[in-house]
Amino acid sequence: MLESAWVIPALPAAGFVGILLFGRRLPRGGSLLGTGAVGLALVASLVAAAQWVQRVDDAAAKEGMGTLVAFGRGLLGAEAGHAGVEPVVRAVTWWESGPAVLRVGTHVDGLTVMMLVVVCVISFLVHVYSTAYMHGDERFTYFYAALSLFTASMLLLVVAENTLQLLVGWELVGLCSFMLIGHWWEEKPNTNAAIKAFLTTRTGDVGLLVGVVLTGFVVEQATGRFSFGISAVNEAALSGKVSSTLLTVTAAGLLLGIIGKSGQFPLHTWLPDAMAGPTPVSALIHAATMVVAGVYLGARVYPVFWEGFTIGAGGVNAMAAVGAITIVIGALLAFVQDDIKKVLAYSTISQLGYMVMGLGVGAWVGAVFHLFTHAFFKALLFLGAGSISHSGSHHSFDMRKDMGGLRHHMPVTFATFMIGSAALVGLFPLAGFWSKDEILATAGQSDYDLFMVVGVIGAVLTASYMTRCVHLTFFGSYRGHGHPHESPPAITVPLVVLAVLSVIAGFANAVAFGVEHFVTYVEPTVAFPKLVHPDFDALLAVVSVGLALAAIGAGAWLWSRPEPLGPLAGLTRRNAAARLGHTVLRNKYYLDALYEDVIVAGVRGPLARASYWVNQRVIDAVVNGTGRATARVGRLTYRRVDQGVIDAGLNGLAAETGTLGGLLRRLQSGRLPRYALGVVAGVVVIGAALVLIRV
Amino acid sequence: MDWFDDWALTLAVFLPAVGLVAVLAVPRAEERLIKVVTLVATLATLAVGAGILARFDYDRSAALQFRVDASWIDAINARYHLAVDGISLPLLVLSMFVTVLCVVYSWNHFPEPHNPKAFLALILLLEVGMNGTFVAQDLVLFFIFFEVVLLPMFFMIGVWGGPNREYASIKFFLFTLFGSALMLLGFLALFFLSGTNTFQIPELVALGGEGITRTTQHLIFAGLFLGFAIKVPMFPFHTWLPDAHTEAPTVGSVLLAAILLKLGTYGFVRIAMPVLPEAAATWAPWIGLLAVIGIIYGALCCLAQTDMKRLIAFSSVAHMGFVMLGIATLTTFGVNAAIFGMVAHGLITGMLFFLAGTVQHTYHTREMERLGGLLKQAPRLGWILGFCAMASLGLPGLAGFWGEFPAILSAYRPAGAVSGLLGAEPLVTFRVFMVLAAIGTVLAAGYLLWMYQRVAFGVPKEEFADLSVHDVTPVEWIAWTPMLLLIVVLGVYPQLLFGITNGAVTRLFGG
Repeated sequence: MLESAWVIPALPAAGFVGILLFGRRLPRGGSLLGTGAVGLALVASLVAAAQWVQRVDDAAAKEGMGTLVAFGRGLLGAEAGHAGVEPVVRAVTWWESGPAVLRVGTHVDGLTVMMLVVVCVISFLVHVYSTAYMHGDERFTYFYAALSLFTASMLLLVVAENTLQLLVGWELVGLCSFMLIGHWWEEKPNTNAAIKAFLTTRTGDVGLLVGVVLTGFVVEQATGRFSFGISAVNEAALSGKVSSTLLTVTAAGLLLGIIGKSGQFPLHTWLPDAMAGPTPVSALIHAATMVVAGVYLGARVYPVFWEGFTIGAGGVNAMAAVGAITIVIGALLAFVQDDIKKVLAYSTISQLGYMVMGLGVGAWVGAVFHLFTHAFFKALLFLGAGSISHSGSHHSFDMRKDMGGLRHHMPVTFATFMIGSAALVGLFPLAGFWSKDEILATAGQSDYDLFMVVGVIGAVLTASYMTRCVHLTFFGSYRGHGHPHESPPAITVPLVVLAVLSVIAGFANAVAFGVEHFVTYVEPTVAFPKLVHPDFDALLAVVSVGLALAAIGAGAWLWSRPEPLGPLAGLTRRNAAARLGHTVLRNKYYLDALYEDVIVAGVRGPLARASYWVNQRVIDAVVNGTGRATARVGRLTYRRVDQGVIDAGLNGLAAETGTLGGLLRRLQSGRLPRYALGVVAGVVVIGAALVLIRV
Repeated sequence: MDWFDDWALTLAVFLPAVGLVAVLAVPRAEERLIKVVTLVATLATLAVGAGILARFDYDRSAALQFRVDASWIDAINARYHLAVDGISLPLLVLSMFVTVLCVVYSWNHFPEPHNPKAFLALILLLEVGMNGTFVAQDLVLFFIFFEVVLLPMFFMIGVWGGPNREYASIKFFLFTLFGSALMLLGFLALFFLSGTNTFQIPELVALGGEGITRTTQHLIFAGLFLGFAIKVPMFPFHTWLPDAHTEAPTVGSVLLAAILLKLGTYGFVRIAMPVLPEAAATWAPWIGLLAVIGIIYGALCCLAQTDMKRLIAFSSVAHMGFVMLGIATLTTFGVNAAIFGMVAHGLITGMLFFLAGTVQHTYHTREMERLGGLLKQAPRLGWILGFCAMASLGLPGLAGFWGEFPAILSAYRPAGAVSGLLGAEPLVTFRVFMVLAAIGTVLAAGYLLWMYQRVAFGVPKEEFADLSVHDVTPVEWIAWTPMLLLIVVLGVYPQLLFGITNGAVTRLFGG
């Protein structure tokens, strides 16, 4: 399966084509075909993962025997005591230009198989969940077609052999995101959200386009051969033969792409709006998989960022700064949302900030590990929110108006949601604890203390807003108007599976217990920088968990007062600073106002109108003026020269002007046969000119 | 099959002419027969194209194949010289292919004042000119075919066009004729000044401007530039295009976008750049500048449109900007991208004009404010429009991407001889262009998605709420499916096209 990994994206792609061709005639509206295809892809991914683990173990065993080969590979950049396990790369010619041959294929290593498994697991569960959640939807079949296309595109992105292929998958998942956010396209807000998502990520893609182009030139500078191959890019970045300016610009371009796709400040504004799509889509695309494509890109060509931003040097760099800012601004916004999906969306932004910051501070393992665990618990939370709207709040996501007290009515949803929240907050020993701790510990142990502190603050904020969210949803008394009940098994079973994963996923790399599977199996050992693998920092763990618990306690106390928020109630009325902060948050830092009312409105309105005005009143006026002037010259010529002077020697220039002008006049007379005559005459004159040249 | 190799190109060019004669011989009332004759003629031409595709030697795509070289007008050394290489072949076949689909689409879509006989005769004449331009290897021959195209398009717009057809058709005709006159001057100057008295393009390419003083080379290039740039059209010579497109009947718009615009860009690749390489290198940054202005400016004008068809017309200005940017770099990446872009734009924008025509046919308006809910009333039509909008905005995996991405790539490093703008470094100049072009892709997504939102999303407006709308008809399926499939196939496996063009492009631009 490592060598024929192309099968994995091909399976859901085949599912998509099948649904496209046969549509509603398929059993269960195509959901069976779509789910089956993704199920097979999941099996294939698990096989690939097992084979990769085997491959690494084999290499380690070989190295244990001290073979010369392994020693040679070790010299090529593998860490001491680590076998250099080459990725499995298969590719064919995709296109060529001049001497450059660009390829398409698969690049499979530990990072790839980890991501394949995550995407397939979540996608499979979402497929199952949607059979109930989307039941009776007007466009049920279409929904499954789009889900299948999304899964295929995402898997294509994951197995990409080169950065250009990754870009292709990247744009295709963007398309699917657009289609699914706008699933209910009768409503304008939904299509506005879809377009906003597409255009915002595309703005980031300006950087990605340039960055991908530059990866080709990075390789060329190092080897003299043009290639986008991921291995080639990584080797070139570490070869020392590439100018640091080029690497920095490349990294900056790619970072802009990551900012757009992975909801980083300041291009995060599309993600909350994307919640207009169906909830399973929010779980799959806008929490677990597509939005982490940016992080995946960062991890995939990490040497470019490592060298381009000199991450090894410590201090501050653009990537870490973007991530850190995003952690805080995202978490703060989660406090002022009434819509449970928006709370989760801002939480996703904040958590993506952890991953990007992790990459920026050299915590590659932590970032990738957090991607892994976050996928499970955030998908769980979104699907839980979907379960609530499906069976508890009568299709509403408003926590204040339509929820409250749901723990009695929806025990499974409640229990799993609590597990997901605890994992997100990072309580020991749930999944989020291990991955967040890995990022913070690495930051602390490689001269990025500032970012470690930001991470701890983020953890406290996370604990607080999740306490608010859980309280409003499940505690207190029911404020809605429906008849809340538990959801059907198609919904609760995926919740339970994800809850189990949210508990155990963290033990894949539980450093405290000496388990470091992500270091052993996921981290590349060839063409990769030497990373710091931190020891378990008990103090850090105790402090961050302790602070989070304190935040939960404080939150629970505040919210369970007879008057919610107790002494803090009405603070925004009493305190000007609090009021200002609240207003700024309510208005999302005014970024939407800036983007939509100033930039977009400016371009679509005045700028576009001005361009068109120039087109019609300036450029076209010149054209029309020239035409009229020529006609006048023609009339004059006709009267004075042609009629006045004997029509003997045909002066070439005069002839042409005369004919054109005359033609124009005849044309204006408004009778078609004359036009024809005029035109033919024009061509005849040109033909005659040709013959005259014989001289 | 030697017989075929000798006659293939003559057949490719003149079979439509034979069809034209046949059509003229049929009485005007026999509409069905006229349609059949036209279809047979264009299909036979396409079959010749298929034969050429089958027998083309792809390993030698740089060489001129299926060559016919006979004496023609001895007095001026003009020869009947036809041949194809990897640059001509895709465009020739595209022209044959699109013509067939236009005839199919016309089957029951004749615009007022009807008259299928004249309409189809003009299409056949148009095909003679288009096919001929792509295979001519003699400047005189090239010029004649280039001009032959004007006539039928002029009548198509002027007779079957919209309310403002007279203005639009005259503007189209005179504007392009103006350019042609200067281009002809350039050709004549090449003939007399190169000292060889030849109109043969391969010979002139081999000379590469030798024997002509620098200043004169620049003047000649200026003439060729104007001729081709108006046809492309490049900013600021583009104003005939929106009017022509808006007024032209659907099939006229499709042919105009799909093939006629490519005559200009093809002229750059085939004649202007290789024949006068030194002047081209000096002019390149200016061409690149106009190209990126076209990309941004065309997109901005799109955003200001209320008429769907006019919006698509302006999008051509932006798309041809990418093509010209690729050409201006004078690199293999750039020119390969340009040819890919020509084919992709032909398919995608051709499809968009078909769709605009059907929308107009259904709702009798193209004002986007009045439209809406197309997905509701004609879901298939709506989805095809969405597909084509995505293709047009350069979505990877569809054909349009392969015209844009390598063009952007090529601007990172133009050919070594290319100079900079006003004394700036060439690299800096073109890297600025690269970023501007990349920004253009965002604007493209903007105008296309907003267009789609206004036309297809939402629910139908009140005035059309009760209209019973036909979804895609069988005839439309026949005409459109091949184009839609090609957009996907070329997008997924671009080597199909790059594999043909690369050899020829490398020979001319490989440095």
